[in-house]
Amino acid sequence: MKTNLYNYILELADNCLIAGQRLGELCGHGPSLETDIACTNISLDLFGQTRSYFQYAADIKGGDATEDSIAFLRYEREYKNVLLVEQPNRDFAYTVARQYLFDVFHLLLLEKLQFSQDMTLSAIAKKSIKEVSYHVRFSGDWIKRLGDGTEESHEKMQAAIDGLWQYTNELFEVTEEAKALAEEGMGIDVSTIKDAYYQNVTLLFEEATLNVPESKYFQKGGKSGIHTEHMGYLLADMQYMQRAYPNMNW
Amino acid sequence: MEKNWPLWEIFVRSKNGLEHRHFGSLHAADAEMALENARDVYTRRSEGVSIWVVESKNITASNPENNGEMFEPAQDKIYRHPTFYTLPDEIKHM
Repeated sequence: MKTNLYNYILELADNCLIAGQRLGELCGHGPSLETDIACTNISLDLFGQTRSYFQYAADIKGGDATEDSIAFLRYEREYKNVLLVEQPNRDFAYTVARQYLFDVFHLLLLEKLQFSQDMTLSAIAKKSIKEVSYHVRFSGDWIKRLGDGTEESHEKMQAAIDGLWQYTNELFEVTEEAKALAEEGMGIDVSTIKDAYYQNVTLLFEEATLNVPESKYFQKGGKSGIHTEHMGYLLADMQYMQRAYPNMNW
Repeated sequence: MEKNWPLWEIFVRSKNGLEHRHFGSLHAADAEMALENARDVYTRRSEGVSIWVVESKNITASNPENNGEMFEPAQDKIYRHPTFYTLPDEIKHM
């Protein structure tokens, strides 16, 4: 089995899966009918992308691995998503800020991944770029609305950004797998998109009259499976059906 | 401050060459948000190529009580009705 490639696909896909799961929690609970539908649409886009990655990963793994077993039957330490995307929906500002901080990274990553030498990864990236361009637009617009809105919305948005900022640096941590695959032209060295990321984010925050946090203290661990305390609860929710009724289908 | 967002009417052109058709209404804080919401609510499955949004309060509607004088022309003046033409089959949206 191509272990590097398999692990690298999980690194890409788990971010989409967990970000999608968090947004999906808002289904039926969004602040308005329209934003509820918008968040759930984005969640479904991310699940669609996750499925493409996991189908590819299941092929590589062989045996009886399927997209479902990879999504639902791993243990917490085996998930490679960054800590950012597993953070809970404390309020709508948090949800939007988390999504925006991920979306900007996601789009920059896909814009590079579309030129991967791996034809499947390149095809998934090309297909996803259109969707993710809309995600950035949606979450970015909400950052501006709340940041440059009322005093209360500004305060809440600033609090969300201050709270989530410590998780941004991990996005650019280069794992062994990614490094090896980047050398073969198949993966992306994410440290190369770090400057563009912080430039984009800073510009939008300025427009939204928000402060860019100055803290240099950053959390990491997600990419090697060391998650925050929120992850276990998220997985319990997400995996419940497959654990309680193994192999169940719709 | 008004707690609810204003109502917007959404018009979607389903393909080039057709006119915009009323799809429904939704709430949004301003026109930009109305466009994004319309995209999410109505056009996610390639239902359209263009969206118009109009705030509902800007629409002047006819009063149903006046339907008689507005919509029921004298049926005996048949020359008012273009019923003597045969439409070629190729013209689909007439």
